[in-house]
Amino acid sequence: MARIITFSEAIKEAMQLAMRKDENVILMGEDVAGGAEVDHLQDDEAWGGVMGVTGGLVQEFGRDRVLDTPIAEAGYIGAAVTNAATGMRPVAELMFNDFIGSCLDEVMNQGAKLRYMFGGKAKVPLTIRTMHGAGFRAAAQHSQSLYGMFTAIPGIKVVVPSTPYDAKGLLLAAIEDDDPVVFFEDKTLYNVKGEVPEGYYTIPLGKGEIKLPGNELTIVGIGKQVQTALDAAEQLTAKGIDAEVIDPRSLSPLDESIILDSVMKTGRLVIVDEANPRCNVATDIAALVADKGFDYLDAPIKRVTAPHCPVPFSPALEDIYLPSAEKILKVVSEMIEDDTTVTM
Amino acid sequence: MKVSEETVQGITAEKASWMYQKMCEIRKFEDKVHDLFGQGVLPGFVHLYAGEEAVAVGVCAHLDDNDSITSTHRGHGHCIAKGCELDGMMAELFGKATGLCNGKGGSMHIADVEKGMLGANGIVGGGFPLAAGAALTSKLKKTGAVAVCFFGDGAGNHGTFHEGINLAAIWNLPVVFVAENNGYAEATPFEYASSCTNIADRAKGYNIPGEIVDGKDATAVYAAAQKAVERARNGEGPSLIECKTYRNYGHFEGDAQKYKPDVEKKSHLEELDALRKFREYIASEGLLTDAELDDIEERVDHAVEVAVKFAEESPMPAEEDLTKDVYVSYETHDRGDV
Ligand SMILES: Cc1ncc(C[n+]2csc(CCOP(=O)(O)OP(=O)(O)O)c2C)c(N)n1
Ligand SMILES: [Mg+2]
Repeated sequence: MARIITFSEAIKEAMQLAMRKDENVILMGEDVAGGAEVDHLQDDEAWGGVMGVTGGLVQEFGRDRVLDTPIAEAGYIGAAVTNAATGMRPVAELMFNDFIGSCLDEVMNQGAKLRYMFGGKAKVPLTIRTMHGAGFRAAAQHSQSLYGMFTAIPGIKVVVPSTPYDAKGLLLAAIEDDDPVVFFEDKTLYNVKGEVPEGYYTIPLGKGEIKLPGNELTIVGIGKQVQTALDAAEQLTAKGIDAEVIDPRSLSPLDESIILDSVMKTGRLVIVDEANPRCNVATDIAALVADKGFDYLDAPIKRVTAPHCPVPFSPALEDIYLPSAEKILKVVSEMIEDDTTVTM
Repeated sequence: MKVSEETVQGITAEKASWMYQKMCEIRKFEDKVHDLFGQGVLPGFVHLYAGEEAVAVGVCAHLDDNDSITSTHRGHGHCIAKGCELDGMMAELFGKATGLCNGKGGSMHIADVEKGMLGANGIVGGGFPLAAGAALTSKLKKTGAVAVCFFGDGAGNHGTFHEGINLAAIWNLPVVFVAENNGYAEATPFEYASSCTNIADRAKGYNIPGEIVDGKDATAVYAAAQKAVERARNGEGPSLIECKTYRNYGHFEGDAQKYKPDVEKKSHLEELDALRKFREYIASEGLLTDAELDDIEERVDHAVEVAVKFAEESPMPAEEDLTKDVYVSYETHDRGDV
């Protein structure tokens, strides 16, 4: 039987394999090793990141390749940009994606644009790993899903895995990639388990996957919301509706074909994105399908997203902030009500 | 109680009583939160202030509701010292509608603008420019109010440290920057992450006073803050005070704290304890009797119990609160669900 490990372990394993393969791969971030220069600390007692994702890597690779940084995101993310442009292949951790507020210039104006501004004469093989997502009771400044912001910036690639298998293969591809990649890890997925092969493998960026085949409705999910889409699909099956679930896996580049082909088959599209609704990825995909797939549609495109408000702390509010299978079912019933070819 | 008599530091019996009460409130509130969190009662994560009481209290002893403070992710102590009600604070940690922020902020965003508490902060380094802004208002409106920015040793390495302090210095703003150097930022020692020996050394670069005090000694913090607050009120500009202190618990609840040497932990929890130190001082100066001090502790124990009960019995926010207070006003002309 294939090996089962967690999302978190899959990500760690990808970093470990990349570091074994290429000595230019280094890690940096706040407490990615933990306890720098604490003499009495055994390396296996080091933090290895706030969530322990990089735990143990300092033991294998040493503190020259697993660099603890001060709380200075502009400093070390900026340094990672030119560290990458001058011959290294850094994997910098931005602990929570919300902290991009402290280093957006380094990512948006420097890392993303060097190559273009320099007439193609530079490359920035930088990977930024960052945590996102609501549902952790972490409140407004530690729970956002900001992948849409990065997707809007030319020069950056954006990856949002939904399973341990994908996380490992996509992270290895991101590290191998010669462009800056922002790799989003949903903090509520870290303990989710799945089958992950032991060896080195990559999943190409820009290639989505059909997570569940179906014929009557397409549901596109992003990150953790792929699971919400699958939960909804299961309930729809019970109601006699055959849904297809698609995971784009990378948002930039975006696998347009997998979405358009699916909508051509099903004629209906729901997009589930837990980011706020304005200018998010659901909007982007809806525009894509309205533009290139209008003739395939039998019903209006529906988006299931968070509302236009920050992430609340109170569990009572955060639970209703997030998309849910129930919310997906509600929009599907609206779509199908208007449609005489299907009964629900 | 011997009202109006003062010690060398100018601490009256009345002030000592207030300070000891606030320090006890912080300690007992945090110990309770530690227990509740351990029982799985509280959602999210919490960063506890226990051990650092002398800093928040020694500084806030010079402030009133017109003065502002900016705080950190470790903000419960600043809240209490600035006069926030324990009931509303505890309810906020529970995510209840009766919380200081109606349950929307939680531990890391706890705030009470009426009391001049401009919020705990989830963003390390967030407070420097925010304090400068409040001080600019005071300067332009001539209110005489002072702004205090509490920040950690880790935050001292964030870019906003430079921008906020430089701005306050060139505009001569009434700000007091208070470093809470507890030796660690998460698991990273101050010495590793900082190029300076003391955070206060950096004051020189901004041409502002920089003072180092024993942050476990409420009287030392009180004396240093008095000078800095007066200076700010007199229009003489910002200062920086570095308080050498220690957090008794981990970075957040659940941190095994392996990076802390055992002897260090032990000495801070025992002989160097800030409450013990202040209590001994009060006794040696004859400001309050043992019975009076015990009475304060008992009242605080009770107040914390009351706060927990209040929080437990309060309702959760209502569904419609989710999208309330994003803006003051927002005309959408939307069509609702289509
Ligand atoms: C901009 C930003 N970077 C990183 C973090 C994560 N973080 C939260 S608290 C903390 C350590 C802060 O250390 P310090 O300033 O010394 O305060 P202390 O926790 O010791 O009170 C870190 C790294 C954050 N909240 N914001
Ligand atoms: Mg600290």
